[in-house]
Amino acid sequence: MRSAVVQLPGLNRDRDMIAALTKISGTAPVTVWQTETELPDVDLIVIPGGFSYGDYLRCGAIAARMPIMQAIKARAEAGVKVLGVCNGFQILLEAGLLPGALMRNASLKFVCREVKLEVVNAETDFTRAYAQGQIIRCPVAHHDGNYFTDAETLAAIEGNGQVVFRYAEGTNPNGSINDIAGVMNAKGNVLGLMPHPENLIEAAHGGGDGRGLFASALNVIAA
Amino acid sequence: MTISNTRPITPELIAAHGLKPDEYERILSLIGREPTFTELGIFSAMWNEHCSYKSSKKWLRTLPTTGARVIQGPGENAGVVDIDDGDCVVFKMESHNHPSYIEPYQGAATGVGGILRDVFTMGARPIAAMNALRFGEPDHPKTRHLVSGVVSGVGGYGNAFGVPTVGGEVEFDARYNGNILVNAFAAGLAKSDAIFYSKAEGVGLPVVYLGAKTGRDGVGGATMASAEFDESIDEKRPTVQVGDPFTEKCLLEACLELMQTGAVIAIQDMGAAGLTCSAVEMGAKGDLGIELTLDHVPVREERMTAYEMMLSESQERMLMVLKPEKEEEAKAIFVKWGLDFAIVGKTTDDLRFRVLHEGEEVANLPIKELGDEAPEYDRPWREPSRPAPLPASLVAEPEDYGLALLQLVGSPNQSSRRWVYEQYDTLIQGNSLQLPGGDAGVVRVEGHPTKALAFSSDVTPRYVEADPFEGGKQAVAECWRNITATGAEPLAATDNLNFGNPERPEIMGQLVKAIEGIGEACRALSFPIVSGNVSLYNETNGEGILPTPTIAGVGLLPDWSRMARIGSAHDGDHLVLIGGDGTHLGQSVYLRDVLGIADGPAPEVDLHAERRNGDFVRAAINNGQITACHDISSGGLAVTLAEMVMASGKGAQIDLSAAGGPAHALLFGEDQARYVITVPADLANFICANAEGMGVPFRRIGKVGGDALTVTGLFSVTIPDLRDAHESWFPAFMDGKPA
Repeated sequence: MRSAVVQLPGLNRDRDMIAALTKISGTAPVTVWQTETELPDVDLIVIPGGFSYGDYLRCGAIAARMPIMQAIKARAEAGVKVLGVCNGFQILLEAGLLPGALMRNASLKFVCREVKLEVVNAETDFTRAYAQGQIIRCPVAHHDGNYFTDAETLAAIEGNGQVVFRYAEGTNPNGSINDIAGVMNAKGNVLGLMPHPENLIEAAHGGGDGRGLFASALNVIAA
Repeated sequence: MTISNTRPITPELIAAHGLKPDEYERILSLIGREPTFTELGIFSAMWNEHCSYKSSKKWLRTLPTTGARVIQGPGENAGVVDIDDGDCVVFKMESHNHPSYIEPYQGAATGVGGILRDVFTMGARPIAAMNALRFGEPDHPKTRHLVSGVVSGVGGYGNAFGVPTVGGEVEFDARYNGNILVNAFAAGLAKSDAIFYSKAEGVGLPVVYLGAKTGRDGVGGATMASAEFDESIDEKRPTVQVGDPFTEKCLLEACLELMQTGAVIAIQDMGAAGLTCSAVEMGAKGDLGIELTLDHVPVREERMTAYEMMLSESQERMLMVLKPEKEEEAKAIFVKWGLDFAIVGKTTDDLRFRVLHEGEEVANLPIKELGDEAPEYDRPWREPSRPAPLPASLVAEPEDYGLALLQLVGSPNQSSRRWVYEQYDTLIQGNSLQLPGGDAGVVRVEGHPTKALAFSSDVTPRYVEADPFEGGKQAVAECWRNITATGAEPLAATDNLNFGNPERPEIMGQLVKAIEGIGEACRALSFPIVSGNVSLYNETNGEGILPTPTIAGVGLLPDWSRMARIGSAHDGDHLVLIGGDGTHLGQSVYLRDVLGIADGPAPEVDLHAERRNGDFVRAAINNGQITACHDISSGGLAVTLAEMVMASGKGAQIDLSAAGGPAHALLFGEDQARYVITVPADLANFICANAEGMGVPFRRIGKVGGDALTVTGLFSVTIPDLRDAHESWFPAFMDGKPA
């Protein structure tokens, strides 16, 4: 499986993401700069976390309008897997590839800590390595991760199995509605989540709970 | 607003620039004429305390700054230390005290930005940050506002830039009511053969301005930072700069990319005193003149004068001397990152610092003298008096030992700092091995299978106040000890010396004796000072801060799989106290926070014992014989044990009946050079025999297990009760609730 990591000014977890994809798949991802209009032929496109354009406007709003996003939209429509983590999730929302919005954390403060996630839907291309309902550890680090959507959309995404991850065991760090931590599109090939599975993939991180997401997306699940 | 360069130079104008009459006389004799207004501003920027170290230089020279691993000591943007395999660590600590008091968010943010720039200016990618913060007493009306602003400013900048904050300090004391301290540390990784320096080389080469545009923010900031505060402080808000971490992140990537091309001859970030200081330093170090044409400086405000451009402290700016043939390549990189790139001058061979603006020469000064011949003072100082001894027999015992311990772990200064560090991204870059809350932050060295670096920042200001010499020693020793407690070998340190007004002999005495103590400890522990910063005039209305020489150190762990943590003990492990029993209650937090008394001498640091005990502990960790380790510092053995118990979630049964001396001194004494280690039961005899053989004092004090910290005959406190006390103070305080 080939993957690409999108780079934009202000993103800062791109190196973490590149390291995670390389360690789990054995192959380094291709990097793609924001001004490019073509994407290489890959099976997974990842927009990593950070503060694109400083998040001085609404988080992800400027990044969502960069040339590369047209190419990403086209690939998403063609069924290529797209993953957005943290700022990447915010960018996918701003680009209209995912439903809902992310507001400032309920605490109004940046929060970096480990939380528990429930794998709400283990039958996706991103979560196959996990068991349905499995509780995993995962760090978060964000200022604007408070997921919100209107009642109608909420009912729809809950009903369609589009809610993929939920904060579990009372660890919701940001006030997200229904404890939602990660959602996908109706087609199931675009996933966005606030937590950082790329920071929990090896012994040095104190655990490997985040590996399953990448192993699923990269199709390298250990037998 | 425009200010004419021909503005008359009056005594009031000179005083407003922080220049003393004799300093002005010196300017007159140096240049042989009256300076222009812009020149006066340049002198003020170069000769203020913050940039010139004029009160401290004589004493700073006495510090040890060399060692087998030291590649670059003080005098550059940051110190550089070899960590084997062609890798090096680049680090420095710097204060942003005055701006943070005036405008806490931006003051702290730009403090972080400034220190990160110092590190990447040298070609290093920042991999760790720490912050030593000191605030006024919790009840002071400004304290919560300052804590909130500073913490979000530190996080706002560091998180967006993308560096993990892995350690630091947060303390409260009434003596910081009018002057808080914000000391920011950053460390970066580089290759030892690819370090970049500020020394310009070659005549007629382009001087290039890079990064953000120049505005009017921060004009006169370094001069402000060199003056005492009074009630007019709010008028100084416009001298605080505004930070833009997004631009800084882009500047980092652009600089590192540019350095790879081989285009950079010299590089200097624009920090305090902006364009003036960076240009003068590059020229003076290279024995070259510099000519700047301000018309080419990218500006974000209209009609800026030469004076304003030369003194602006706008952030996220760099000055470089580039190879002319690489100019286009360099420019393309900066355009890609959306940053300004402008040739604003050239190097010359006349040793003059010339500034041109709108066809006029607004400054023409001798470049070497601006830096090298800054005034230097041998200020009068008074030997501090030492408090009388305070034997433990004269100190009351607590009525209830368990309550006293709960009171300590839940006190403003000993309680958990989680409220603070959860606002910092501690995990970014994916290399953090130990987060805040332990003895030291630990980050693995990317690209190496086993190496890691440990970072700690320490000082105990109440000790320094009671005895500047011993307090200076103790700051170094505690930093060295915290690094050792992870298993790392302490390599070198950076110092951030925060004191009051040096024109007062008793304050100068504190500075002199503290530096003496720091020097003695650094020599004894082979822990040289490779960079640093001095912040004086931390006074408001004549009352100085507690003398606070912050020491931040770096250690090297050969194999992080054998690193020690404070909370990694196993049930059934034996607890061993390394170092002597607790005896010293003078200046202890028990005395201060339980009995409400500040009295007695600071604990003395036996540097021989410090080294011997530390070397023993480190060797045992590196040999894989220890399951957990924690140093003993404020709060003594009892607080150390409580912190280990809370971190591991495993209780401990302690028996001190074999030790002599009063129980409160055994439990709360702050004697130095001590650790608590946990060892597997089958190794306990072996470790203790080793300690005996090496002349290391030790005591077997108990076993790990249960759900409480129990000291036989004295108290038993459950882990939930400890955690509740420890975790609740800070959030309750920030919510405005009584804890």
